[in-house]
Amino acid sequence: MNAIIVSTLLGVIMMFCSWGIKNVQAQKNIALVGLLILIVANLAHANGWYVFEYDTKGMLKFSSFGLYANTLLFSLTFIYVWLNGDEISKLSKTPADFYSLFFFILCGISILTSFDNLLMLFIGIEILSIPLYILTGADKKNMVSNEAALKYFLMGSFSTGILLLGITLIYGATGSFHLSDPEIDKLNGMAHEQLLLSAGLILLFAAMNFKVSAAPFHFWTPDVYDGAPTVFTSFMATIAKAAGIIAFINVFSSQYKALAFSWSLLLTFVIIATLLVGNIIAVFQRSVKRMLAYSSIAQAGFMLFALYGKSEIAKEGILLYAVVYSLATMGIFAVLIKMKENSFEAFNGLSKSHPLLAFVTTIFLFSLAGIPLTGGFFAKYYMLSALLKAGAGLWLVMVAVVFAAISIYYYFKIIQAMYFTTGDTAIGEVPKQYTNKLLVIAILLLVLGVFPNLLLNYLYF
Amino acid sequence: MILLSFLFIPILTALLLLFIKNNQLAQRTAIVFSLLTLFVALGMLCTTVVDFNAAWLPNLNSRFVLHADGLSKILILLTAISFPAILIATANNEFKQRNIFLSLLLFTQAGLMGVFLAGDALLFYFFWELALIPVYFLCSIWGGEKRIAITFKFFIYTFLGSLFMLVGILFLNAHTADHSFLIRSFMSANLSAGQQITAFALFFIAFAIKMPLFPLHTWQPDAYEQSPTAVTMVLSAVMVKMGLYGVIRWLAPLFPVAFMAHTHVVVILSIIGILYASFIAIRQDDIKRLIAYSSIAHIGLMNAALFTHTSIATQGALVQLFSHGINVLGLWIVADIIEQQTGTRSMQQMGGLAKKQPVLAILLVGFALANIALPLTNSFVGEFLMFTGLFQFSPWMAAFAGVSVVLAAIYTLNMVQKVAYGAVSEKINTMQSPNKGAQAVLIILLMIVLVTGIFPQPLFTLTADTLQQLFVK
Repeated sequence: MNAIIVSTLLGVIMMFCSWGIKNVQAQKNIALVGLLILIVANLAHANGWYVFEYDTKGMLKFSSFGLYANTLLFSLTFIYVWLNGDEISKLSKTPADFYSLFFFILCGISILTSFDNLLMLFIGIEILSIPLYILTGADKKNMVSNEAALKYFLMGSFSTGILLLGITLIYGATGSFHLSDPEIDKLNGMAHEQLLLSAGLILLFAAMNFKVSAAPFHFWTPDVYDGAPTVFTSFMATIAKAAGIIAFINVFSSQYKALAFSWSLLLTFVIIATLLVGNIIAVFQRSVKRMLAYSSIAQAGFMLFALYGKSEIAKEGILLYAVVYSLATMGIFAVLIKMKENSFEAFNGLSKSHPLLAFVTTIFLFSLAGIPLTGGFFAKYYMLSALLKAGAGLWLVMVAVVFAAISIYYYFKIIQAMYFTTGDTAIGEVPKQYTNKLLVIAILLLVLGVFPNLLLNYLYF
Repeated sequence: MILLSFLFIPILTALLLLFIKNNQLAQRTAIVFSLLTLFVALGMLCTTVVDFNAAWLPNLNSRFVLHADGLSKILILLTAISFPAILIATANNEFKQRNIFLSLLLFTQAGLMGVFLAGDALLFYFFWELALIPVYFLCSIWGGEKRIAITFKFFIYTFLGSLFMLVGILFLNAHTADHSFLIRSFMSANLSAGQQITAFALFFIAFAIKMPLFPLHTWQPDAYEQSPTAVTMVLSAVMVKMGLYGVIRWLAPLFPVAFMAHTHVVVILSIIGILYASFIAIRQDDIKRLIAYSSIAHIGLMNAALFTHTSIATQGALVQLFSHGINVLGLWIVADIIEQQTGTRSMQQMGGLAKKQPVLAILLVGFALANIALPLTNSFVGEFLMFTGLFQFSPWMAAFAGVSVVLAAIYTLNMVQKVAYGAVSEKINTMQSPNKGAQAVLIILLMIVLVTGIFPQPLFTLTADTLQQLFVK
């Protein structure tokens, strides 16, 4: 509860900052301090110190998993703002508006990690999505950004409609919004209600797929990611997406056991389609930004494997995956921001002109590709392990592995450009401090690549 | 602790080298520390079985376990000899950014050492990749004209293979009683025949690509040709042994049923590979490609010997792991000296080396004779045992594999004839005497060839415990 209230308050405070404080740097620092306060408030809750306590009639249920997911996602946002603050400031005279939107998104996230009621799911998703529509269109004078925002908004509201319809049907069948409701068991033998329930669940499933851009509901992703200002793409593709997947897991992994078999069939289809679409189309991209959009689809496919497992390893895995994937993707986008164009050729000869920058980019790409000694390896490892432990077929693991090998192809295209191709690097000015920040992220990834338990042990405190 | 030093000396030196911009100094540092590794390795030979065991990933039940028995020791020794030899022999070659080159080379050494030492499957996988990634950069930055595409093919091939191995490791992990990755718990896992075959296939793909076994060998000749020679030496002298090591360490003991079920298939594939590579080697004019194909043939023979699952052939293969490394290293160094000085790899343009550079020619002939396993050379010991085992397994197989000895004589002697004898060609005429370091390395290697050829008993003693583990239950 702490996180939900505090993030809302901070969002409102940031809104007034844009009016009261004119110094851009100060606005960024206030946002950073706000994020720290938010993290502390959430940790306080996790340790049993409730500042705000309300009876939600069971609509919210705070588990250690949800609270730790909050902590991690807030910390990632902190790193994101710390890294990208200056870029955000370039987009507007009053960047505090954007920070305020981030806090509202974080409010949505803290609902999504702890809801126990489909209405809260709906509210959480809306609170998360609406600021994202605005952020997509943040570059007001740019037509592409506007188009992307409109597209995202239309598609997003359509999918929200579907979500709502699904929730309604489930309510019609069971008479309850609660997830873990014993009512479902009573439906045995009631054909009409069961049909309603199945239809509702399928609609819910489709809407959630849309939110995490899983195939075949991924079509908005490349256009929106490409059109949005790169800093915000970086946020959407990482933290917002990870939150969506955690919500997805909350809805489906532990509930509705009655549908177990047909459900896993559907999930398998979606995951394979997602991996296929993401990886294969990414191979043919000429623009790094679009390639990263498709790669984020492919990575979402990998994250969805966590839906199979009900084991601890799946939960640990999704947290590790979310953190590692977000760090690496934020890093790559941060490098991409400094490029003058988005093509692969822009990276030519980067190792000569900016050796350290090329090195950190390599670490990010290794991590995305899942190469050992980077965090990405253990992220993928946990997912595959959870899959095997959940009793899925070995063939599915092999399919995943083949797609992981295909992903090498497009990630390494950047490495080839940086190290093996000579040419003029199309890069703007990169302050030394900026590179050092990226180096910190790269070191984090390397540390997680050798000792992933540094991150995961806290799940059990 | 002694085992840890095999990882830490190369890794720390590699990190140190990143900061040494002076070429001369970087080269010397690398040589000195790789010699230090060699001395530690020689010291280890005198010890009995040594272990290192520390906690690593408690959540996953994976431990940092290093373990050295005879098999590990002989390959550690080979790795420890190869790196200083390569560094000294190629000291005068021109490289841009030499310190980075050397640093990556030493990271590879650490990876190789780790592969040969790891007693935990996850750790093994880590080192397996650590050995590969620096090579990707080495070949792609410093390689020949078509380096980028060819190295990428090599990388994707081996990476896909190792991912399958990872799935195999996960699969085994799920079937062990204590859910650990230790090789001992893998051995005690009760797998049905079907499960064994699945896991066997997953592991074997990785090893077969690395060896490489026909028909998965297509990356190899191109990669050898395009890589800078120092890296080619690492690849062919040490890195291909990773695949064979995997067969002895992981496949044979873990999946006995699946292993026995596939002996014929694999032996036949190996023999096809041997003959195929030998015939192609005969047609080669490029000296590097010739050595590459010859190497495929030799590795194929070792793999066939291992899959006969007879103790005598396995003994032969264990010795040959070491001997082949030394021989092929010698051949590469001679070829590299010629290439560096004349700028050509075509044997058409060579000739008359014996008149112009008699010492180098004698060394070349020495290694060439070792390559065709003449008695008194080290390969004779190994090949003789391997053929005996193959004959016990199936006389027909032995007959077909035996043809390769004749073919090896044809292409190797043909090479010697073209390079060393005949009229002194234009290119050879310009050759200077090779530098003292390279010459000394070649002489030492040739001495190893002769000593282990005449008196191979120390190698047998060294690997006795591995053999006992495999065949005495």
